[in-house]
Parts: sequence; structure tokens; C-alpha cells
Amino acid sequence: MLEFLWQPAGFDIGETGWWTYDSQQPLWQAFGVGLGNTLRVAVPAVAFALVLGASLGLAKLSPLPWWRRLAGAYIHSVRNVPLMVQLMLWYFALVDLLPDPTAAWSVLPGVWLSKGGLQIPWWDAASGQWSVPAQDTFNVQGGAALTPEFLALWLALTVYTSAFVAEIVRAGVLSVPRSLLEAAETLGATPAQVRWRVLWPQAWQASAPALVNQVLNLIKNSSLAVAIGYPDLVSVGNTALNQTGRVIECIAIMMLVYLLMSLTVSAVLNRRPAWARGAGP
Amino acid sequence: MTRWTRLLWQAPAAAALAWATWNLFDWGVWRAVFRPDLAACQALERQGACWGVVPAKLTQWLFGHYPSELQFRPALALALWGLSLAMWLWPLLAPPPGVRPTLRNGLGLRLAAAGLALGGLAVLHGSDALGLAAWRTVDSRAWGGLALTVLLSLGALVLSVPLALLLAHGRLSPHRLRAGAATLAIETVRGAPLVMWLFMGAFLLPAVLPEAWTPGPVGRTLLVMTVFSAAYMAEILRGHLSVIAREQDEAAEVLGASRWARWRLVVWPQATRGALPALTGHVIGLIKDTALVMIVSLQDLTGAMSMSLNGDADWRPFFLEAYLFIAAIYAVLCLCVARLGQQLELRYPVHRHLG
Repeated sequence: MLEFLWQPAGFDIGETGWWTYDSQQPLWQAFGVGLGNTLRVAVPAVAFALVLGASLGLAKLSPLPWWRRLAGAYIHSVRNVPLMVQLMLWYFALVDLLPDPTAAWSVLPGVWLSKGGLQIPWWDAASGQWSVPAQDTFNVQGGAALTPEFLALWLALTVYTSAFVAEIVRAGVLSVPRSLLEAAETLGATPAQVRWRVLWPQAWQASAPALVNQVLNLIKNSSLAVAIGYPDLVSVGNTALNQTGRVIECIAIMMLVYLLMSLTVSAVLNRRPAWARGAGP
Repeated sequence: MTRWTRLLWQAPAAAALAWATWNLFDWGVWRAVFRPDLAACQALERQGACWGVVPAKLTQWLFGHYPSELQFRPALALALWGLSLAMWLWPLLAPPPGVRPTLRNGLGLRLAAAGLALGGLAVLHGSDALGLAAWRTVDSRAWGGLALTVLLSLGALVLSVPLALLLAHGRLSPHRLRAGAATLAIETVRGAPLVMWLFMGAFLLPAVLPEAWTPGPVGRTLLVMTVFSAAYMAEILRGHLSVIAREQDEAAEVLGASRWARWRLVVWPQATRGALPALTGHVIGLIKDTALVMIVSLQDLTGAMSMSLNGDADWRPFFLEAYLFIAAIYAVLCLCVARLGQQLELRYPVHRHLG
């Protein structure tokens, strides 16, 4: 029933990440490339969204009013606009407003930004040294390249999800009873101890299920990739489905992969990290 | 902390806000061009906003590719849907004096509202049988713009309520087979992204359904969004059906109420009260999700806007202004829903004070 997965895929994929892939390779490898692309954008987006979101959530709780206002303005303007609109906005901004690759913009030494994407220094295993990109006559050469499609998707997912993470973190911190903090203080705990051993472990416990939901949403939202031509799992699966006509099998594969990702994420995030068990300073 | 250290700590945040506000004002208002004047816009060289792109393209954003001489019809449909929504919500938000607010007031008004909503759909569709050129049938392929966004959001929301109740009750059923089937359906739909389901609706439904049964692209998308919305709404309602409403249900059963009467008069209103905050969030998510339909080539607000600029080299450089305007429309819609949710929560608290 699944023998078609070992037949040549017959279609090319625009961006293959770390895989080498061509249309003669079996179809299951095309699915692998799609999954790899989904993970390649989802994992950094999750990491950045959690860090940015937690910072924004704490800023929203700050006793300093201007930090609250800044975080509030960000959260309000991001949350009420569809992710699709934000994604298109990032994509067009990247491919239209940036300079041509012939006159790339050097953000940091060795990091170049242009319509062609972002070039960053990368470890070159073949020569055994770092490859640092440099401006050439027509292009930026060397290092690793991140395409505008990848960058737009990563930025859109990070920014969009961070606004929701911020509200979850804020609600989690507010849900810890004040009396608990006062009790810890009365027992002689320092402010740092109150924060690390009482406040944050409890806040984590309150907000973990909602955060898991946001991570799963982010992974599923990465399928919007198809709108800007980034070949993620759904995009590749849809092409495979149209090529082979194996509708049920292709849907089943995609469902199974998303299910496995969901289960893994839940299992990993529901294990409380050391600091959330109250093992802080 | 002294007053001065407080001020010093806040300086970066205040500076960032001031910088952003100033630049937005300078670019978006001070230097901006508001007339649909292409030459003036090009002369700006991106130093100012060209809001002229909005009046130049607005009809396409509102109505998509609907035939231009018939565009009074989607406008009328939008007005009818707005009126219908207002009539539906009026008895909820402003019950007549002396009437205790419940979620069931004003049945007649609500039936009229449902009629108006269907009337809006009929106006959009038209009919060749009338023999009038102005009311001829317009194929759903030509529907688009804000009218399509509103149709998909409202349609999917209204149609998914009964399906969600069915799924939620199914999952709570003591009957193992029913509970298992409902659980499987809910988790399958929620397990995969909406983008995948939209593709399925666009490519799979026409392949498996007989020709005569297959709805048009708008109908297929509405079907997919309804099922998707129902799966999430069922999970929202399930929690409240199982926790808040159970004791009330048993009390009503002891009083001899039939199952239907218990559901309609006791269980559903109670569960809806408890679920109001989550339902508000769900509706906002649904409105934002309608922007995804452009990947199956429907021209909703986002799709129509994207199409109007992609095909026009003159106005294409002003995509930023166009996207910001569209984003503002979505933001206003979402904020209205959020405010509405707050008002309903205030009027229908979960625990009413006794006495």
C-alpha cells in the first residue's frame, strides 16, 4: 500500500536545507525534506517566540509604566492581525525594500542582508574552517544563506506567537497567590529566592499547558509557508498528493507526522525543568 | 527606587515608543499623500506613505471580482448581514426594562435576523429566473473581498455551533462508540493544520463527491472552515458542559424536565456563560483564519488585495500601505468582537448573585 513511497518523487523542491535531494530520489525522501524544512523553521521560531514572549509578559507586569506601555502596544498591534497578512508583509518587505545582492547591506561584520536573503558565517566541514561571507561583484559569496522565504516565515511566526506567549506568561505570574510570596518573605527569603523558588516555578506550572498549545499552534501555523513558496511538509505533501493521486495515504502520512510532533512536544514540555522544580539560587 | 532612577530605567522604553510614534506620524501623516494620484505617490520615493492606493483599489478589496455594474449587491449583502447581526445581538445587550436578561430573549427578532442573513446570501447569489439583468446569477467564483471574508467568518461560526454541540455531547456520552467516534473526529481535525484541510477541501471533495453534489469553491471552503471551527468549539464547550452544567442538569432532571428542555433551558445557556471568554477568543481566531483561504485561490479581503497589487506594476510599490490598511480592517473587526465579548461577559456572569 505504501510502495509508492519508494518510487522516484518526480518533482523538485526549491529549498532542501541540509538534505541533498533531486527529483529522482524516492518519494519518502521528499517527505523527509518537507519535514526537515518544517522543523528548520519551527524550532528556532519556538525558541525565539518563548524568549521574546516571556520578556514581553514580564515587561507588561513591570512596575515601570513605560515598559508596560511598550509591551502593550506590541501585543495589541500583533495579536489582532491575521498571521497570513503579517507573513505577506514580512515577505514583501524582505524582497522589495532590501538592497540588491550586488550592494548587500552588512548588518554585522560577516553578516550580509539583501533581497537574496541573509548570509551568515558557517562552519565549513570540507575545509575544516569557518566560511565567512564576503561581498563579490554580483553576489555575496561564502557562509550559509538563509532565503527570504525562510526569514519571512521565521519572523512572522516568532512575532505572532510571542504576543500570545506574553499574555500566557503574564496570566501565569498573576495566578500565583500573593499570600504565598508574602509568606516566603516572612520566612526570610531574599527577593531572588522568592522569585526563583516560589514565583516562577508556580507560574510555570500554571502556564505550561497553554504554552504547549502555543508551540503546537506555531508548528501547525508553519504550514502557511505554502503562501510564500517555502516547501514545508504540507506543501510537499500536497505536491506529492497531486502527483501520485494517493490521497488517503498522503493525508495519513501528514496526519501521522503532525501527531508525532504534537506528542513529542507535549512530552518534552510537560517535564518540568530543574528551575521549575524550585531548584534555583 | 528614587524618582530619578525610575525615570532612568524607563528611558529606553519611552524613547522606543516616542521614536516609533514619531516615525509613524512623520511617514504616515505628515509626508503622506492621501489622493489616488500615482505621480504624487511616486514622487515621495518612500519618504512618505501613499494612502492613495486605498481609494484607487478599495472596491476590489471590498467586493473582489464581482461584476462592477452589480457591486451594489455585495454592498447590500454586507448591510443586510450587519443589520442581521445587530438584530440578533440587540435583545442580548439591551433587554427591555422589566425583562430579566437571559440568553433566550427576543425569539421573533432573532428569526427575522436569520431571515435577513439568508436574504443577504440570496442578494449576493441572485437568480436568472427573475429575468432581470441587475439580479442575474453571479457564480460564487466571482465573490470576493470583504464580503467574502464576512460571509466565511459568519457562516462558519453560525453553522459550526450545532455541529460543535453535537461533537461535545458525543464526546461526553456514556456510550463508548459515540464517545470514541466524536473523539476521533475532533482530534483528527485538530491534529492537522487548517492549510492542509483547505487543500483537502479544494482537491479531495471534488474527487470523491458526485459532480452534482459538489459545492463551488466558496461552499467547499465554508464546509472545511465549519468543520474546523466546530472541532475547536466542541472542545471549548465540552469542559463547561461537563463541569458547570452537570449539577444543574441533574436538578432539572429531578424536576421532571425532558432531555431537550434540559439542554435548551438549563445546560446550554449555563455552558455558554462559562465559555464566553474562550468563545470570544475562538471567534477572533476564526476571523483571522479566513485570511488563509487565499491559498486555495479564493479572493477574500487578503487575497483580493494581494491580487489587486500583483497584477498592477504602478501601484505594486505601495504594498506596505495596502497591507497596513487591510491589517487595520482586521484589527477593527477583532477589537469589535473582543468588546462585544466583554459586554456579554458583564451581562451574563457565570455565578449570578442571589437575591
